[in-house]
Amino acid sequence: MLPDNDTRFDASGQAWLNQLASRHHNDASLLLQMLREMQERFGHIPQEAVSRLAGKLAIPRARIESVASFYSFLHLKPQGEYRILFSDNITDRMLGNQALLEQMCQLLWLQPGKVSEDGLVSIGTTSCTGMCDQGPALLVNGRAITRLTHQRVQEIAQLVRNRTPMADWPADFFHVDDNIRRRGLLLDNKLAPGDVLRAALALGSDAIIEEIKTSGLRGRGGAGFPTGQKWEGCRKAPGNERYVVCNADEGEPGTFKDRVLLAQQADLVFEGMTLCALSVGARKGFLYLRGEYRYLLEPLQAVLQRRQDSKLLGTDILGHKGFDFNIDIHLGAGAYICGEESALIESLEGKRGVPRNRPPFPVTHGYLQQPTAVDNVETFCQAALALHMGADKYRTIGTERSSGSKLISVSGDCAYPGIYEYPFGVPIREILQDCGAVNTRAVQVSGPSGVCVPESEFGRKLGFEDLPTAGAFMVFDDSRDLFEVARNFVHFFAHESCGFCTPCRVGTSMLKQTMDKIADGHGTQYDLNEIENLDRVLQTSSHCGLGRTACNPVLHTLKHFRPAYENKLKSLMFSPAFDLDGSLARARQMTGRDDAGAHLKEDV
Amino acid sequence: MSKKLRVATTSLAGCFGCHMSFLDIDERLLTLLDLVEFDRSPINDIKHCGPCDIGIIEGGVCNAENVHVLREFRSHCKILIAIGACAINGGLPAQRNHLDLGSCLTEVYLTEPGLEHGHIPNDPELPLPLDKVHPLHEVVKIDYFIPGCPPSGDAIWKFLTDLIAGKTPELGHGLIKYD
Repeated sequence: MLPDNDTRFDASGQAWLNQLASRHHNDASLLLQMLREMQERFGHIPQEAVSRLAGKLAIPRARIESVASFYSFLHLKPQGEYRILFSDNITDRMLGNQALLEQMCQLLWLQPGKVSEDGLVSIGTTSCTGMCDQGPALLVNGRAITRLTHQRVQEIAQLVRNRTPMADWPADFFHVDDNIRRRGLLLDNKLAPGDVLRAALALGSDAIIEEIKTSGLRGRGGAGFPTGQKWEGCRKAPGNERYVVCNADEGEPGTFKDRVLLAQQADLVFEGMTLCALSVGARKGFLYLRGEYRYLLEPLQAVLQRRQDSKLLGTDILGHKGFDFNIDIHLGAGAYICGEESALIESLEGKRGVPRNRPPFPVTHGYLQQPTAVDNVETFCQAALALHMGADKYRTIGTERSSGSKLISVSGDCAYPGIYEYPFGVPIREILQDCGAVNTRAVQVSGPSGVCVPESEFGRKLGFEDLPTAGAFMVFDDSRDLFEVARNFVHFFAHESCGFCTPCRVGTSMLKQTMDKIADGHGTQYDLNEIENLDRVLQTSSHCGLGRTACNPVLHTLKHFRPAYENKLKSLMFSPAFDLDGSLARARQMTGRDDAGAHLKEDV
Repeated sequence: MSKKLRVATTSLAGCFGCHMSFLDIDERLLTLLDLVEFDRSPINDIKHCGPCDIGIIEGGVCNAENVHVLREFRSHCKILIAIGACAINGGLPAQRNHLDLGSCLTEVYLTEPGLEHGHIPNDPELPLPLDKVHPLHEVVKIDYFIPGCPPSGDAIWKFLTDLIAGKTPELGHGLIKYD
């Protein structure tokens, strides 16, 4: 590949760029979507394209570069023709992704994080790609490949060396299983497209909101805010336009239920969004799809088109005068923080995904500062179901304060990883039995920002009363070192911190360094105390939930698995962060000295 | 009046700018001398540090001698303070951290024009450089940090008087700065 300033931006490239900008109405709020398409076409975002686009959109170049540099799937410098990113969640690690990455690097003669000299290929790692039930996984130019083996890595290396176009790679590589293991009211539903909307139109907006409120439905993204209350707030908030946003930026490591819902129940998701639009009075909706699920874009667009054709979207939906609603799909570009609703809205507006100050909440000041209802993929499905079956009946499922069912994404040390649907209130032990987990040491519920549950607490139940969850359920058996689990999560947070506020940007990095120091055998009791001090800073002064929860994996594992830390410590009160004598080695070599003064002893 | 506190200060891989700033407390130095007694410090040229209450160190750790001095301070001082950008982050000297030490030495002593028959100094009298410059807290435990490049005399005065009065030092608005 040519260095960037030599990249020929020929007539066809220019024509393509013009067409891209006009297709997006020269609208700067669609900047991220345009940059994604540029990345797909050129393999990076060429300098000249930035200048031209800045002219077209009448915004400064710096704004484009600041957006492009925020998202990890966008590159301002040329990358390899083939950009390979290994998913680096703890579940991928447990399935041996590091050996596979090394093998791939050896086969293609390069180091991780570098572009090969001929510009052919680059290899790196990325945060969890949502394929934990069929890992190890990687992304090649944004396309997910699952179930990696040494054999498959060899085949991929061969295809790359031969410069085989991705379209000609074996389709089997890209196959993604749904792995549905247990069905409940959601996954078993027999609703036809339009069933829910017809029932809803008969009720009217006020009655829909009442019904959703009575059903006790709470958000399925983890926080559990009452959905009916959110919709009512959005409906009543003053504004010129209202918006419905479906949060499909499923980035919490270990979660993949939204991927399965979008593959299997797309109609129900869109039906739920349309139901929300009807009740809040919105005419426009967005599905914000994480970049890792790029392959779902065309199938989802086909579903939208079909619904449009059958009058379930568009103007005068189901012949109901004035009931207009359209849904656009926006793609993310590799930023976990965009799962936070206000960061997601910033990203929808084509900006860096930096969380906003809250309040005001999106329900009053959301997309373009207008009232916006942001809900999780599963929440929209559950809302549609609750309305269709009736609030009173829905309430009987689950527990008192957690009505309905919940999709659980099970991965890690178990025989049958995949999607399990349970009524709320299911004990952890029951899930472990169903997924064939044996000798389980701990379960990480709701991902790195959630809770690490040790064996003695497997009687605890999933639900807002005790263990709220967005759905991740990672199982660790007694061969696993929980320190390494926590260290993986800490690295994840340091990588995904958006960098806006200092406590989180610096704090997550310091936490990472401290965990690495302990892993290298340089840790002491002092470092464990420092972790607790850091936690106080992160929890009290971070701008958003990412920083506030970044210490959770460490604090929980320190509480339940302290010996996993202690057996790595030196028995000193303090030890340097590196090998002091080793760091004189280069100077010894250069000066040829080996006298006593050329060495440093362990400690005073 | 209670026993005077003993204070030691030194500069490792620093520029003595923090010490100069310390002198900016001006006539308050006389008040300070009523409260403390100086042990090893550039002020009196004492070569080694004895048992002290407070140790103040500017500069990062760039060579073996720095490690020895830092360890001497840590083992003799009840409270150890890192002062200034270099002590806290490595500062300017740490700019060499992205270069290989070997190529630095080669460039300076062998390939630089005008260095005919040059060689890399290997006298045992000279301390060997570490391959990277480190902040103090990566080598020993540090109790307090005074940021700034340098921190102002007022900041140092406030910090020390708080400490001497037995208060947890607090640098409020205007005194805490990082440049």
